[in-house]
Amino acid sequence: MSDHLNAPLDPSTHSPNVAPPQKDPQTPERQNRPKPGQIAALSLIGLILAAIAASFAYVAGWLTPQRLTASRFVDALQLNNGGIYEGYRRAHAKGVCFVGHFESNGQGVALSSASVFAAGNTPVIGRFATGAGNPHTPDGDVPVRSMALSYQLADGQVWRSGMNSVPFQIIGTPEAFYEFGVANRRDPSTGKPDLAKQQTFAATHPELKRFSEAMAHWPITNSFANSTFNGVNTFRFIDAQGTSHNVRWIMKPQAPVVALDKQALDRLSADFLSIDLHQRLQQGPLRFDLMVTEAQPGDPINDSSRPWPDDRPTTHVGTLVVERDIAQADGPCRDINFNPLILPKGIEPSDDPILAARGSVYSESFNRRLREEAAAHIPPAAAGGRP
Amino acid sequence: MSAPAEHYTAFTRLLHWLMAAMILAMLFIGVGMVASISSAHEVLIAVHRPLGIAILLLVLIRLANRLAHRAPPLPSDLPLWQRLMAKASQVLLYALMLAMPLIGWSMLSAGNYPIVMFGAVHLPAIAPASPALYAFLRQAHTYLAFVLFAVFLLHLAGALFHGLIRRDGVLASMVHGPGRKEDKH
Ligand code: HEM
Ligand code: HEM
Ligand code: HEM
Repeated sequence: MSDHLNAPLDPSTHSPNVAPPQKDPQTPERQNRPKPGQIAALSLIGLILAAIAASFAYVAGWLTPQRLTASRFVDALQLNNGGIYEGYRRAHAKGVCFVGHFESNGQGVALSSASVFAAGNTPVIGRFATGAGNPHTPDGDVPVRSMALSYQLADGQVWRSGMNSVPFQIIGTPEAFYEFGVANRRDPSTGKPDLAKQQTFAATHPELKRFSEAMAHWPITNSFANSTFNGVNTFRFIDAQGTSHNVRWIMKPQAPVVALDKQALDRLSADFLSIDLHQRLQQGPLRFDLMVTEAQPGDPINDSSRPWPDDRPTTHVGTLVVERDIAQADGPCRDINFNPLILPKGIEPSDDPILAARGSVYSESFNRRLREEAAAHIPPAAAGGRP
Repeated sequence: MSAPAEHYTAFTRLLHWLMAAMILAMLFIGVGMVASISSAHEVLIAVHRPLGIAILLLVLIRLANRLAHRAPPLPSDLPLWQRLMAKASQVLLYALMLAMPLIGWSMLSAGNYPIVMFGAVHLPAIAPASPALYAFLRQAHTYLAFVLFAVFLLHLAGALFHGLIRRDGVLASMVHGPGRKEDKH
């Protein structure tokens, strides 16, 4: 390096407008030896580089291991799942793909300018699943079921949505949800969660009680076909005038509700939900009504652990028609990230922090499972993702 | 050597500084959004995609401009290895400026994502849906971003070395046009 430090400065190309590192305009004659000014300049350069590199590392979260990032959230889910099930989703791991379409009746246009609500049909790729992170969990052991949808709009826009069979979220912030997972984690020595940790958590989070009380009365049905699926988070529908409407939605089954006979669970297959779905679809398509509810002033918008009162105005905006089921192993839903923040023009996220967290956490889960698929040389899904 | 030093043309300088700001912003936005679980994730990604595509368009113009105009020669006393470093890092910077947005666009295509620019405006898929392709491109997008950041740091170190230590006019050739020498004094 000293070679260049000693390099003579060429006065003809020297530009005085380039700020020297330090206020020393009367630099003495050039010498053939590093001058204090050059050493100071070198240190300054080093400092600048170090500062930029450190800011980069900070923004990336590398300097703050306690910060909750998408990657750390997924690590935590994996711990709670009791391991990594390669190629599977880190939550809602066990599921089945379906294809169908959404028949809009045009009523949604008053709430949102999204073209999916203009009267007409939109093709849909979807997925029914149970909520567990372990894909080998028997269907009867999981109280939460889900429906995920990817509406493929005519102009190439996409609307993705993930809905649960429980009406609201157990906890309203991602940080608390993360802590909840930590409190429920099985102690490797006992194989059971630590009761003291669970109690401490419950004592500081009264919303847990609201959830478990609601769950006690929530009907668990005997089929995907007659489960109600709730969007849970609040979204903003933007109408043609640009007015924003805070909404939540549900997919309400047209199939008659039949409660699950818990006594009969032993006799049911571990996969009874997908078997039942297949049998029903052999008879004909299944229908769900998309019901959109608008908030009234004062309703909680950014807290998905608080339901809205039952009397809010609700609009039936169209009907989902589920036509055909396809095993997820090579079905069109397999390589789709049902990130609920993939929205068409006319639908926007609310400032619900759970909703925001879902966006980045699902992407991290998606990245991991597709990497595992690639490592296992899994070919593209037979039916393809893009219709 | 009494001839005034050559400078980059105003258009080249404009492109250089505009894109330097954009690319640096993209690198920070990229690592920041991926780590964030707040609404910053969605806000930043909505900026990241169109800004990245804007870089793709600008780099095409910039490449054409670079091929049309010779770059000012480096000082004749610069050691050979430093010339080679300067050349190599410039080639690498061009390659990465071109590759990064193309990878971003094709990885979203391979991952079955819509490629949203703003509002209803979106780009078509430029790669088939494929888990292997997605996994490869998604990781390439991360690692090449780190390479780009490293080469940027090297490039910056070089520029500051010229500007603060050698004071040989190389930094000035990109900072301003000729004829500013007499501004002061
Ligand atoms: C902070 C809270 C939450 C976290 C960390 C979380 C995490 C996850 C993860 C990692 C996946 C797998 C994604 C993939 O690999 O594609 C998933 C799937 C899913 N989640 Fe959540 N989730 C949260 C809240 C919710 C809420 C509030 C709902 C309610 C509607 C929900 C509904 C779903 C559904 C329906 C799926 C399945 C999507 C599919 O079939 O691909 N999640 N969740
Ligand atoms: C000069 C151009 C670009 C640069 C420097 C850049 C840089 C980055 C960086 C540093 C990351 C974070 C990687 C990680 O930590 O894993 C990232 C992620 C990403 N980039 Fe880019 N990018 C560029 C162009 C694009 C373009 C054109 C698109 C799409 C049209 C795109 C889409 C994405 C997406 C989707 C992610 C991942 C987001 C997530 O997983 O949550 N990028 N980019
Ligand atoms: C990500 C950011 C940057 C990129 C991608 C970049 C890229 C380039 C490229 C490709 C060139 C060759 C000239 C051309 O074809 O335009 C160049 C030249 C130059 N850049 Fe940068 N640059 C960046 C940031 C910077 C910064 C921050 C500085 C100074 C503080 C700087 C200083 C210079 C100088 C002095 C030259 C002229 C070098 C010569 O003629 O050999 N650049 N840059």
